[in-house]
Amino acid sequence: MQSLLELMGQAHEQISQAVSLAALDQVRVQYLGKTGLLTEQLKQLGKLPHEERKAAGAEINTAKQALTLALDDRKQSLQAEALNARLQAEKVDVTLPGRRMDTGSLHPVTLTIQRISEIFAQLGFSQAEGPEIEDDFHNFTALNIPESHPARAMHDTFYMDSGLLLRTHTSSVQVRYMENNPPPLRIISPGRVYRCDSDMTHSPMFHQVEGLMVDEDVTFADLKGILEAFFKAFFEVDELPTRFRATFFPFTEPSAETDIQCVHCGGAGCRVCKGTGWLEVMGCGMVHPNVLKNVGIDSEKYTGFAFGFGVERLAMLRYEINDLRVMFDNDVRFLKQFG
Amino acid sequence: MKVSEKWLREWINTPQTLDAIADKLTMSGCEVESRDPVATAFTSIVVGHVLEREKHPDADKLSVCKVDGGQGEILQIVCGASNVRAGLKVPLALIGAVLPLPDGADLKIKKGKLRGIESFGMLCSSTELGMSDKSDGLLELPEDAPVGADIRDYLKLNDEVIELAITANRGDCMSMIGVARETALVMDVPLNVPEIPAQATQHTDTFPVDLQATDACPRYVGRIIRNINPQATTPIWMQEKLRRAGIRSISATVDVTNYVLLELGQPMHAFDLDTLQSGIVVRYAKAGETLKMLDGQTVTLRDDTLVIADAEKAVAMAGIMGGEPTSVTDATRNVFLESAHFRPHKIMGKARSYGLQTDSAARFERGVDPDMPVKAMERATQLIVDICGGEVGTVVDTLADPSLLHRKAILLRPERIRRVLGVTMDAATVEGVLTRLNCEFSQSEAGWQVQAPLARFDLNIEEDLIEELARVRGYDAIPAELRPRAPRITQPSETAVKREHLRQLLVARGYQEAVTFSFVDPKMEATLAPTTESIALANPISADLGVMRSTLWSGLLRSVAYNLNRQQNRVRLFEIGPAFFQGEDGKPQQKTMLSGVLTGNLYPEQWGQVNRSVDFYDLKGDVETLLAQVSGTRFHFAPVAHAALHPGQSAEIMTDNAVVGWMGMLHPQIEEQLGLEQPTYLFELDMALLMQRTLPKYQAVSKFPAIRRDLALLVREDTLAVALENAVKKAAIPQLMSYYLFDVYTGKGIQEGQKSVALSLILQDFSRTLEDAEINRIVNAVVTSLQEEVGAVLR
Repeated sequence: MQSLLELMGQAHEQISQAVSLAALDQVRVQYLGKTGLLTEQLKQLGKLPHEERKAAGAEINTAKQALTLALDDRKQSLQAEALNARLQAEKVDVTLPGRRMDTGSLHPVTLTIQRISEIFAQLGFSQAEGPEIEDDFHNFTALNIPESHPARAMHDTFYMDSGLLLRTHTSSVQVRYMENNPPPLRIISPGRVYRCDSDMTHSPMFHQVEGLMVDEDVTFADLKGILEAFFKAFFEVDELPTRFRATFFPFTEPSAETDIQCVHCGGAGCRVCKGTGWLEVMGCGMVHPNVLKNVGIDSEKYTGFAFGFGVERLAMLRYEINDLRVMFDNDVRFLKQFG
Repeated sequence: MKVSEKWLREWINTPQTLDAIADKLTMSGCEVESRDPVATAFTSIVVGHVLEREKHPDADKLSVCKVDGGQGEILQIVCGASNVRAGLKVPLALIGAVLPLPDGADLKIKKGKLRGIESFGMLCSSTELGMSDKSDGLLELPEDAPVGADIRDYLKLNDEVIELAITANRGDCMSMIGVARETALVMDVPLNVPEIPAQATQHTDTFPVDLQATDACPRYVGRIIRNINPQATTPIWMQEKLRRAGIRSISATVDVTNYVLLELGQPMHAFDLDTLQSGIVVRYAKAGETLKMLDGQTVTLRDDTLVIADAEKAVAMAGIMGGEPTSVTDATRNVFLESAHFRPHKIMGKARSYGLQTDSAARFERGVDPDMPVKAMERATQLIVDICGGEVGTVVDTLADPSLLHRKAILLRPERIRRVLGVTMDAATVEGVLTRLNCEFSQSEAGWQVQAPLARFDLNIEEDLIEELARVRGYDAIPAELRPRAPRITQPSETAVKREHLRQLLVARGYQEAVTFSFVDPKMEATLAPTTESIALANPISADLGVMRSTLWSGLLRSVAYNLNRQQNRVRLFEIGPAFFQGEDGKPQQKTMLSGVLTGNLYPEQWGQVNRSVDFYDLKGDVETLLAQVSGTRFHFAPVAHAALHPGQSAEIMTDNAVVGWMGMLHPQIEEQLGLEQPTYLFELDMALLMQRTLPKYQAVSKFPAIRRDLALLVREDTLAVALENAVKKAAIPQLMSYYLFDVYTGKGIQEGQKSVALSLILQDFSRTLEDAEINRIVNAVVTSLQEEVGAVLR
């Protein structure tokens, strides 16, 4: 029989040479299993004289503990190696693109209308819609533009054989809304409008937002205040010089064209503002008493303001688009830029 | 309205610069659209006198001239103009002169040789002086032009022209006197317009005037001037003023009437008296009556058109244009001058309806000062006599409606000023502006009783005056106020399906939002919707944008073609917008549609997945995602024939009681017609049927385990999935929580005409765990139903 010392030397040698958990387990069984070499030594204790038995037993137990520890150590290190190997094997190139469905984008006109709506919602304005094929009354007559009025010549109108027309402005919604809703009123009405005009800077279809506020105490000062606040919010600036120029619209009085300081050059003069430092962005004014009368609102009790502006114009300024026509080509290389 | 600065300053005495004047006019409502010098910044051009002219010996089109430029020696100049002749006075550019050219370069005049003959200067056209865009020959100067005088001084060319955009309500500003009055008002400076004296008369001959249409013509002023000199020429100062206002010089008499129109805003007309019969009648045209106009065209008149007639025939379209047979010619010695007032609403739109556009109509349509006809008559008389001589007759002023010369008083209340403008104005301020406006006013308890001047016919109601107060002081004087107001609490609807949400879903699925025109090509519309009655435009911008769309597909397909033509082969577009239909009541109806198109590969170019072209079920997946937002509504898909779609790949989408829309593969013929060359898929949904969903309502979840049982079945190949679903439902198993089809197979091992389908049943009870015997009973019931309904056989 081998000496315990020899046996232990051999066992430790085998442990250190085991390269897998299975091989290591075989070593364990070889020495510590039911018929293992060390177990056999314990079984032989009974054959020793009584006085030697105790010391020999202690020696074997010590050896057994040492062996168990060595097995555990080796097991842990083999496990760590296996994990490392797996991790190494599962390494990927994190710079390869992910597997995804690419996302699309909203049209800049929609983005702009959403932005406008969001700002006016804070001011308590809700949204209204109306038909795009309109009658003469709602597009013109009710807005104080009688038959043959020179102001009608300003609107190059598309007509149908029936005498109906494509609305030339969203102001028609203003009329329809007032016909059906008593003051106080605060609405905006975004939508498509049509003018029989097509060149570099005119599209036969474009978008407008009309705004209307009618109450017992609405003044021109309120109009200025709300529009100035709107433009600052829209362009995300704390200061934006604004000027109101007198003009004429049949449906408002007093009427104004609103200019903002050129957002490109800061008023110094550039190509966008044609060197003037100002951008004409909106028409507005106090609702003409005839318009209120046409929809059955007492103009002595109520006053109101209305404004209207082109969505494409604001979108072009905001996103630095220098060609109106690209808005309606729907080139995906254009549209993707707004995603 | 083109306004010469020099002319304006004749009446407005202010040291303010033109910049300051232009800015003030712009801010107060007469927008300055452009500013241009009346000539370029040339140097060393003088009045030259052509003494002799001979043909160039070696060039047919050139002349050799001897010209006196007042320089002490006679200059030899070679000239190519066809109107050069001895005795002519023309602008002469001396050696050393610099003429700026339109392209920005300078033309420097040097001693030169043309075809062997020396030339010591250049004779000039108006174009070379920057006075006009084109010219035919040399600028001919009057015979009395002083030789050697600087042409800039002689023609008063140190002047600028501002172009004003006159708004539709300010017809009063379509004249020099109007612009001067407006400038004086907004600049707060005095207006110095000379009085027009009544002209001395030499005879009392008059021409009878019969005002029949007094509703349209309440005032008509006429006068005869006899024995004018038909050869008289228009003085250069008048020609220049007309030119700067954009009016071409024609003949002395016509130039005078045009000059008065510009100066005073009163359109006038000069008739050749000897061509008129018996007297003037102002009446409506007889339908079908014809009139040869001054521009040479003969028009057939409608009976809504006011005319000036003599005893026999219409001789002028009132307020718009005169007739050719009675017009003043270079033989006319006796003229009848007309200075009339026509009511705007009787002239509005008439010129345009005959395809005409005249300075006279432009003024009468917007309104003319009713007090001007006599003043204008005296001014025109004065100018004609100065230029053409003649014997002046008595003025006949026929005024059918004296109220024309009276203004109604307007009540102007301080409180109303505050309510409209948001600022209070003290009495001194208000009265100051009213005074500058030339209004008459008196103060009453309620406010001011104001009478506006006749010239400001646009001022009729209180708001008109309030606008004047605001703009004369400047809108800048009104503060911008952002006042707190009572909050308006809305009740946000949780059952409304928001458009923005549907938009975002499609964006998340890779769609770009498109915006396409509401009018489309009638041919495309007919192809895509052959049975829909289309709504045509009477005046489309072009033939291929001639009808209103009843489907958004034409615009989207056009956009797909646009992109495919530019190597963009993977396209997904959607649009939310109106479609138009002829309603049953004959009125057009408008529906908001959500439409989409997809074509090309399912995924963008990438490394990680096997790519393939999109197909019907990719389209359907997108549509189902949208419909899934509308909880509480059941949607069905059914095969249906649609003109635009592949007959084997088209579906109608329905709720229990309405058609929501269509989807499918674009018909291969249309695909070819559009040159798309790849399968393209479309959907269109009526938004009105998608806008309402139900509020979530909690239902308890079973605590007991769910059991799955799979069935493999053989069915006829044409059995629809929806038929299987209906058969399963018909078994009416309360424990059937869900059901799905997870495999469809035809081919090897399956008989021709049949297909294998695999169904999965998920069973669960709310009160206990299901046991095998019960599960088998349920599965058998489902199988039995499938057998009975669709003839399915277990594999």
